[in-house]
Amino acid sequence: MKHTCILGAAAVAALAAGAASAATLDDVKAAGTLKCGVTTGLAGFGAPDAAGRWEGFDIAVCRAVAAAVLGDEDKVTFVPTTGKTRFTALASGEIDMLSRVTTWTFSRDTDLGFEFVGVAYYDGQGFMVPKSLGVSSAKELDGATVCIQTGTTTELNLADYFRLNNMSYEPVPIETNAEAQQKYLAGACDVYTTDASGLAATRATFEAPKDHIILPEIISKEPLGPLVRHGDNQWGDIVRWSFNALVAAEEYGVTKANIDDQKANSANPEVRRLLGVEGGLGAMIGLDDEWAYRAIKSQGNYGEVFEEFLGTNTAIGLERGLNAQWTEGGLQYSPPFR
Amino acid sequence: MSVTSAAPSAPGFRLSQLIYDTRYRSTTIQIFALFAFMLAIGWLITNAAQNLAALGKDFDFSFLWNTAGYDVNQRLIEYSSQSTHGRAAILGIINTLVLALVGCVTATVLGILAGVARLSKNWIVARLMTVYVEGFRNVPVLIWIIIVVAVVNESLPQPRAYKDVETGAFVFTNRGAYMPEPLFSRGLGDLDLGLFKVSLDFVAFLIVLGGGVYAMRLIRRWANQKQAETGVRPANVGWIEAGVIVLPLAALLIALGFHLGYPELKGFNFAGGIFIRDSFLGLWIALSLYTGAFIAENVRAGIQAISKGQTEAAFALGIRPSRTMSLVVLPQAMRVIVPPLISQYLNLTKNTSLAIAVGYMDATGTLGGITLNQTGREMETLLLLMAFYLAISLVISLVMNVYNERIKLRER
Ligand SMILES: N[C@@H](CCC(=O)N[C@@H](CS)C(=O)NCC(=O)O)C(=O)O
Repeated sequence: MKHTCILGAAAVAALAAGAASAATLDDVKAAGTLKCGVTTGLAGFGAPDAAGRWEGFDIAVCRAVAAAVLGDEDKVTFVPTTGKTRFTALASGEIDMLSRVTTWTFSRDTDLGFEFVGVAYYDGQGFMVPKSLGVSSAKELDGATVCIQTGTTTELNLADYFRLNNMSYEPVPIETNAEAQQKYLAGACDVYTTDASGLAATRATFEAPKDHIILPEIISKEPLGPLVRHGDNQWGDIVRWSFNALVAAEEYGVTKANIDDQKANSANPEVRRLLGVEGGLGAMIGLDDEWAYRAIKSQGNYGEVFEEFLGTNTAIGLERGLNAQWTEGGLQYSPPFR
Repeated sequence: MSVTSAAPSAPGFRLSQLIYDTRYRSTTIQIFALFAFMLAIGWLITNAAQNLAALGKDFDFSFLWNTAGYDVNQRLIEYSSQSTHGRAAILGIINTLVLALVGCVTATVLGILAGVARLSKNWIVARLMTVYVEGFRNVPVLIWIIIVVAVVNESLPQPRAYKDVETGAFVFTNRGAYMPEPLFSRGLGDLDLGLFKVSLDFVAFLIVLGGGVYAMRLIRRWANQKQAETGVRPANVGWIEAGVIVLPLAALLIALGFHLGYPELKGFNFAGGIFIRDSFLGLWIALSLYTGAFIAENVRAGIQAISKGQTEAAFALGIRPSRTMSLVVLPQAMRVIVPPLISQYLNLTKNTSLAIAVGYMDATGTLGGITLNQTGREMETLLLLMAFYLAISLVISLVMNVYNERIKLRER
């Protein structure tokens, strides 16, 4: 038994070992691939398609960074993580960045030792119930059995919400979205709660999506975004500005289709700096000048990515809402490229 | 030949003797092994400390006193999301212990039955038991756990399906099973022990039961003595013995206003009664059947180790086969069965940590799961968890070794 104990200690030590070598950029370049932590499968945000190619909103962020750093959007190794394993994976250096519907919170940013580089999707927590349950408000859920993913902000918000409303509930903790879906559809829980976008994405994969409704209450703020380890600021800058490039591109009307034309002909100095025609921004973050051009060219701008994977023309059918550009009354706002 | 010439001419000690002299060699090896072992430990500790420092993490257990913030479904002690992480850990530990305890009991019963039945002369029974033993021993227990829970979830009706349906004392839903619970209308309340509360009704029940058993043994001793002296056993002793246990208990239960509470559909779920969750049910069934299969093999081996002459002698005395098994063979077989039984109990207890796969909130689920995740204290929580499993394993070993010592063949 002593031996098991020692082996266990060794495992823990190994877990912490190899962590956080400072220059992630060098590691990524040396490996020739970007190790990106993603979901285990959430339609629209990150899931392998029929051919096994990972696709989705979060995936596009990984690919944009790979295109900027390595010049190829396919030089990414996708590492599926659950709500529980994601932070250990990032802290231990198993992945270079995490792009997995992860909420930016105080303790994750500080105590857990991570660095959120931006908000890719402004979200909030919601509830989904079968229509046949006859419930129209979250306030009617007293005594319900609720499926939740463990290791998420969801379970903490849920506890707070029910306590503040003097309601009781029976939590059913679950590891992955797929399991939660199965339990929910089997009626082992009355309610499934997670980020509203995640609910819409999950519902879109049901056989009969119309039989389920998302209740009107949104009980939390869930700013979802990509994150890296705290302490490697250069790498943090690269991921942050690769994402900002997509947002800025939308603001300035740069699209996948017109990017070459814009690069050649645009007179807007901001566009010219963004696409590397002038300003030499690339050198400031240790990349060449076409880094942002490649990111936008391969993925499209923020709006294009949103419409392709989540927008109203997809099965998931999300409105831009808070995620519209600031010029359209939304919150997406890239700091200037200069 | 002169033997005396072998006497050492120079008695001085040379260093090479440490290796080449069989008198010292094993000690030398042990000292080196110990040294290497301590070096390895030292390296592990410094390495872990350095890496924690590199991650900007310290080593600190104060999170155990912070608010946990999450809810747990199976609460055998008082707990809410406002309780501390430490309390959540204790709650998880209790859930682990309950599962391990009921699992070990049912696994033992199943194992003994199956082990005996596997030696049955009835061909079908023996074959069926072989199928059971091989089927469970050769498939990982995790798969059985998941299968049982999936079957419960997918095949039993939802609580909603019982709307307008008369339900009895027992209700089976796809979220678990409900049983009647004991209630006391004139109950004595709870005793607050700080960490948890104890039902005084339960304590009273135990005291009266204990008193009854003690009185019964006194009566039995008296009756035995009488029988030894006079050759006649006093009339109706059996009845008196039963009465001395049952009557005071019945009186206590009536005094406390004992009645049963039945589960009733209230809103989304049943209320009242004892709720056995799907996850608990799945783990309990799967772990018992799985470990039971191993115990069955131990039991079979134990029985087969007893010489046939014992059975034949018992038959010759006219003892029935079933009594031969329970009075002659099994008591002797226990000496062979108990040592491997210890390791089966240890296995079952450690296997309870698979609970996490079906969302049962054991110690791995609370302390090593949600707490670890929400606080980011991998090192601290895993060390605590290891200490906990080590402690219960040691306790089980200790208890079973004591028991083993007691049933050991005493040579006179
Ligand atoms: N935003 C929350 C919850 C994120 C979350 O886990 N969402 C689920 C449901 S939408 C998910 O993406 N699951 C995918 C998976 O299981 O891999 C957090 O960061 O804690």
